Amino acid sequence: MHPAPSVIIFSTISGLGFGLMLFLGLGLPDVSGWVAATFATLALGLATIGLLASTFHLGKPKNAIYAFSQWKTSWLSREGILAVLTLVVFFIYAALWAFMDNRIAMLGYLAAALAMGTVFTTSMIYAQLKTVPRWNTAVTPLLFLLYASAGGALLSNQMTVALVLLGLIIAFQAMAWFQGDTAFARSGSSIETATGLGNLGKVRLLEKPHSGKNYLLQEMVYVVGRKHAAKLRVLSLVLVALLPALLILLTEVNHVVAIVILLSHIVGLFAQRWLFFAQAEHVVGLYYDAR
Amino acid sequence: MTKHHQPQLDTSPVVSDEIRQTTCYMCACRCGINVHIKDGKVKYIEGNRDHPVNKGVLCAKGSAGVMQHYAPSRLRNPMKRVGERGEGKFEDISWEEAFDIAVGLLKPIREKDPKKLAFFTGRDQSQSMTGWWAQNYGTLNYAAHGGFCSVNMAAGGIYTMGGAFWEFGAPDWDRAKLFLIFGVAEDHDSNPIKMGLGKLKANGAKIIAVNPIRTGYNAIADEWVGITPGTDGLFILSLIHELLKAGKVDLNYLIRYTNMPFLVNQVEGSAEYGLFVRDAEGNQLVWDRATSKAVPYETRGTKPAMSGMVEVNGVQCRPAFELLAEKYLTDEYTPEAVEERCGISAARIRSIAADIARVAFDEEITLDIPWTDWKGEKHETMTGRPVAMHAMRGISAHSNGFQTARALHILQILIGSVEVPGGFRFKPPYPKSVEDHPKPHHDVTPGAPLNGPHLGYPRGPEDLCIDEDGKAKRIDKAFTWENPLSAHGMMHMVISNAHAGDPYKIDTLFMYMANMSWNSSMNTSQVMDMLRDKDEDGNYIIPNIIYSDAYSSEMVAFADLILPDTTYLERHDCISLLDRPICEADGLADSIRWPVVEPDRDVRGFQSVLIELGARLGLPAMVNEDGSAKFKDYADYIVNHERRPGVGPLAGWRGKDGKGKGRGEPNPKQLNKYIENGGFWHEQIKPENAFYKPWNKGYQEWAVERGIFDKESPYVFTVYQEIIQKFRLAAEGHGDIQPPEHLRAQVKMAMDPLPFWYEPFEQTLINKDEYPIHALTQRPMAMYHSWGTQNAWLRQIHGRNPLFISGELWAEHGFAEGDWAQVTSPNGTITVPVVLMEALNAKTVWTWNAIGKRKGAWALGEDAPETKEGFLLNHLISELLPAKKDGQRWSNSDPVTGQAAWFDLRVNIKRVGAPADLQTSPTFAPQASPVGKGPKDIAFGEEWK
Amino acid sequence: MTQLPTSTQKKLGLVIDLDTCVGCHACVISCKGWNTNEYGAPLSDMDAYGGDPSGTFLNRVHTFEAKAEGCASQTVHFPKSCLHCEDAPCVPVCPTGASYKREEDGIVLVNEDKCMGCGLCAWACPYGARELDQMAGVMKKCTLCVDRIYNENLPEEDRIPSCVRTCPSGARHFGDFADPDSHVSKLVAERGGMDLMPEQGTKPVNKYLPPRPKADVNGTQAPALEAQSEEITGFLGWLDRTLEKI
Repeated sequence: MHPAPSVIIFSTISGLGFGLMLFLGLGLPDVSGWVAATFATLALGLATIGLLASTFHLGKPKNAIYAFSQWKTSWLSREGILAVLTLVVFFIYAALWAFMDNRIAMLGYLAAALAMGTVFTTSMIYAQLKTVPRWNTAVTPLLFLLYASAGGALLSNQMTVALVLLGLIIAFQAMAWFQGDTAFARSGSSIETATGLGNLGKVRLLEKPHSGKNYLLQEMVYVVGRKHAAKLRVLSLVLVALLPALLILLTEVNHVVAIVILLSHIVGLFAQRWLFFAQAEHVVGLYYDAR
Repeated sequence: MTKHHQPQLDTSPVVSDEIRQTTCYMCACRCGINVHIKDGKVKYIEGNRDHPVNKGVLCAKGSAGVMQHYAPSRLRNPMKRVGERGEGKFEDISWEEAFDIAVGLLKPIREKDPKKLAFFTGRDQSQSMTGWWAQNYGTLNYAAHGGFCSVNMAAGGIYTMGGAFWEFGAPDWDRAKLFLIFGVAEDHDSNPIKMGLGKLKANGAKIIAVNPIRTGYNAIADEWVGITPGTDGLFILSLIHELLKAGKVDLNYLIRYTNMPFLVNQVEGSAEYGLFVRDAEGNQLVWDRATSKAVPYETRGTKPAMSGMVEVNGVQCRPAFELLAEKYLTDEYTPEAVEERCGISAARIRSIAADIARVAFDEEITLDIPWTDWKGEKHETMTGRPVAMHAMRGISAHSNGFQTARALHILQILIGSVEVPGGFRFKPPYPKSVEDHPKPHHDVTPGAPLNGPHLGYPRGPEDLCIDEDGKAKRIDKAFTWENPLSAHGMMHMVISNAHAGDPYKIDTLFMYMANMSWNSSMNTSQVMDMLRDKDEDGNYIIPNIIYSDAYSSEMVAFADLILPDTTYLERHDCISLLDRPICEADGLADSIRWPVVEPDRDVRGFQSVLIELGARLGLPAMVNEDGSAKFKDYADYIVNHERRPGVGPLAGWRGKDGKGKGRGEPNPKQLNKYIENGGFWHEQIKPENAFYKPWNKGYQEWAVERGIFDKESPYVFTVYQEIIQKFRLAAEGHGDIQPPEHLRAQVKMAMDPLPFWYEPFEQTLINKDEYPIHALTQRPMAMYHSWGTQNAWLRQIHGRNPLFISGELWAEHGFAEGDWAQVTSPNGTITVPVVLMEALNAKTVWTWNAIGKRKGAWALGEDAPETKEGFLLNHLISELLPAKKDGQRWSNSDPVTGQAAWFDLRVNIKRVGAPADLQTSPTFAPQASPVGKGPKDIAFGEEWK
Repeated sequence: MTQLPTSTQKKLGLVIDLDTCVGCHACVISCKGWNTNEYGAPLSDMDAYGGDPSGTFLNRVHTFEAKAEGCASQTVHFPKSCLHCEDAPCVPVCPTGASYKREEDGIVLVNEDKCMGCGLCAWACPYGARELDQMAGVMKKCTLCVDRIYNENLPEEDRIPSCVRTCPSGARHFGDFADPDSHVSKLVAERGGMDLMPEQGTKPVNKYLPPRPKADVNGTQAPALEAQSEEITGFLGWLDRTLEKI
């Protein structure tokens, strides 16, 4: 799949925002006044920037208003509804907390649950796709939730929780990659099933339908260099989890270290998300003998 | 969910304001089209269901006609060159100035030496008119593109059976049970073949495809025979060997309808050796077994012998069939003898021969339709041998293509499957024997018309276009000892001969619709140099070039004067019975084009320009006695010109009352009648006249009524071709007209009255180990020559062309995906991207034809993939063969017809990495675009939303 | 609405005969010509005359080679457009309700007035049947020529999809798969019509007829002809005997 910057930014940044909302909703850290306001603004800002970024990849953003209508079937619609609901509930919760000094715990839990619900719906947009076997697994939502909450923990300075979450990320991300590398083969789809010509022998593409590019190739057939991918995986895991975890474990986390930890995590997160898309192979590539 | 949640759709939109029906020109097929007009503009094109050619269907090119019509590459006004030739720099001029320049060039030539005008048209569909113009002008140097297209096929057919494939005839798609298709060029009869294949498939017929490359039609064949290029003749003769050996030939048919029983002079060394024995009246004789006497072949009730030496009037002679049988029953043609050369196993050849015999004789079909033959004999039924065949460029574009085409027709004739149900059927005005075709004419008189039509079918050495010294009279050297039967001329030789001044220098080269500086020439790079070349005084060696085209092609850049043509939707045309008609086997048909929209540029239909130019030059047939123009324009000519009294360009609605069919005086309302009828005229042939046409009394009578002939013209198939033997006799020293010494051996070899196979010339002159690979091109079904590239829709399908490499060669050279190859022939080297193809003859590489473009042409951006990753194989092909031992370089063409031997090309390949700039080579300096570049993004149809 | 109907009254779709398709691209361009003018936004062509042309097409023809060990290779032309699946995965994923499957005939359509161009439906489709138009920003797909098949302004015989009407070799057939007696249902039954990627569970309506077995691939050969004689004299003997019978 094409690793579109808008989608990478959307899913990472909004994930961080909603992750932060999770902890703020749970009342962590225990702050108030302008500090609470800053945290809340950060959470709202990240989530909103992320959501706005997601509209950049829309062909016709003016019709985005209809996206709230199809919650019965569409994860994307559900995501939109939950995202807005989360922002609204969290805004009320945060405003009462920061400005009225009245933190309503139940409202916070609700905001936290909605935030995680939003991240879950985001992840389900990908996880539901049978056409992308690498994504079509329960590990996808699990990882999205882990990444969002780990980021939230780091942002909200919940280093112990973060440590646990980062550990889980290393474990499940490694598993996702391991499983993901064989997911396409296990999915049962092949150029032979795609063409129905398997009974004639080994099938290969002789000519593309058009000698030039098209939307399908640009959007869904992104061929990533395997060597680079392997390196990038290591790098992303080091930056997103290993380095932050080590810094938490081995150093006194002051503001500078915290910023290093955050930057490392975010850069690693971008790399992870780039890989998430770039390595995802869509079955339509079978018709082009390219994945 | 219930329905009311679904949006309301308008499922009955009005498509257009009006449908105007005309004839397609996106390739040579000439289908009927419905052009939907909205707000006075062309909106949508679909096939015309009533049209005899395509019956409603339409190919990709046809549907993309909209984009051709709006192509940004359309020329806009007359232009004269201001830069150097090839640069593409022009100045816009008025039509008045354009005519002044043209008249200024052409008038003095006509008065002094008309042959100094070489007028050659390319993909011209009005050859009867352009030829008539050239004839009136008086130059003998006229032809269209047939010489580099498929003249071997046409001449091979005419000299064998009075018709060939495509425009001359077609398989009986409805009844055939076995169909063999040989090396087809897609645009020749493209939709009818596809429709026919669909019918065969639906009827459960078997299709055998003989082609080195398994694409297109070959892909759906039930059996693919991946033959080695240039060996089709050998394969066909081996099939004939097998059929003869098994006695699976239709003797009854051969006796009745062919010259196989004719007695052939066997007195070796005599001037009549190999000619038919005739009586005093000139009738060919057969030996009647019943009376043991020689009688004229048309005598009713004879039982002609098919073998045995007899003596007639003191001359030893034998039936031609025995000569044929003897020739093909030799071991030279056993499957084992040919299998390695052809790349087809002996078992496979035997199996195909058995299939042919089984279907022809065991699955014979009978139609209960009584008919009468030309001798007056009545037949109760029509017997069909449901084996049909088709071939085109693949077998003909070889230096042995003429004899191969003849061999294929003879195979069809031997099993009795020509003009019978289920077999191959002629399309009127064919069948037409050689005798009913014109001879070539070449007597030039300054200030006067030529003494007859330029092109034709020589009957013997006396019809060659040579002077007393044996020197070529035509600039293309057609109808000379080098290629005596060059019935379509040899356009591909014009530029190099004119440049060399051999046989003489010319003054003006006038061309129409022929991209001779690019994909239509062999040896493209050198042809461009020839067009640019100057003499010591700084004058161009080819002094003047006038060119007409509708689009900014590569050739435009090399012309001095441009006469911009219209698109095919803006013009009048006639697809005439005098020309290359559109009839199908069951009917007579012709059609028109008419301006379904008016041009929005200062352009004019080329034929109308010719009419006006002719009038300004005072050409006799184009002016009245008072010197005024006889025809207003081409439309006026189409209606009012009469080639013979009562016979004109269009056959439908003739006569004052509009009831004339084929014959009748001009009808001023004729074009309106065509337009009302969907742009065409069609008459169905009665079932009793629909088969056995050359011998069918009813058909012959009808053909005379329709003006196809002026008298009934039945004939028998000339399996044994006496005319060819006459040339061989000359080469052996008989007669007054003698070939030059250096050609004597070639003429003797090539002019065999019975087809034979010989190795294509190029490969006999090169080291085959050095050039072990065959290199071919084919035309993609979605493109026609270079035209498709200017079409925004079609160019997305074929915007670049790789070289397809067989699995064997791929492995041998260690190619990998993304590699490129250096391809070298004796004529040059190209560097191109490669792709693996398994379903390909092991010794063959190929690519799509005419995708590569010169930068700056066709209004494309300079980074267009066609100019970077597209390429032409043409650079590797020379119009001359490698030097012989005596240092002479002969033309790279068939020694009989002069057909350009495109497919004789041999190359070697070397694996190379992709060049850093991903640019194929050779490359050429860009040409300036006189029409600018096309717009960036488009959304056709937006204005009607 | 993006809920799939539980059933449709008709199941309109195409049969594509891989044994007959010669790969001419006629259907591709006819489709483009009709649909750029009719349903919804035009089908744009970006950089149409430049270095990187890329346009929207609703139907494309691929070419595949298939080769079994030790056999000759085959070439198969393979037209592909929307299969109007019964369990169309592209429909329920749509967040705006633009994508829907018609209850009356099963045609899958995009309501461009609601489409926001997110591309998710194209992601959900295993077949590459949907292309986002780069100029209009809305999703384009085969409409089965819904504006032809019911079009009262067209002659009755032309009320078929444009690709079917134009196909020169007759490799495309249009009809109702819900009717077991329809032409398309019969073809599928007779010729073993197949689904593409059945493992995706989409239940495509369009079916593909597989290429028939090829004699050069499976090695079938007709038995050789029986020779009358190896010698020319023997042949002449046969000739005499046969001529006597004529």
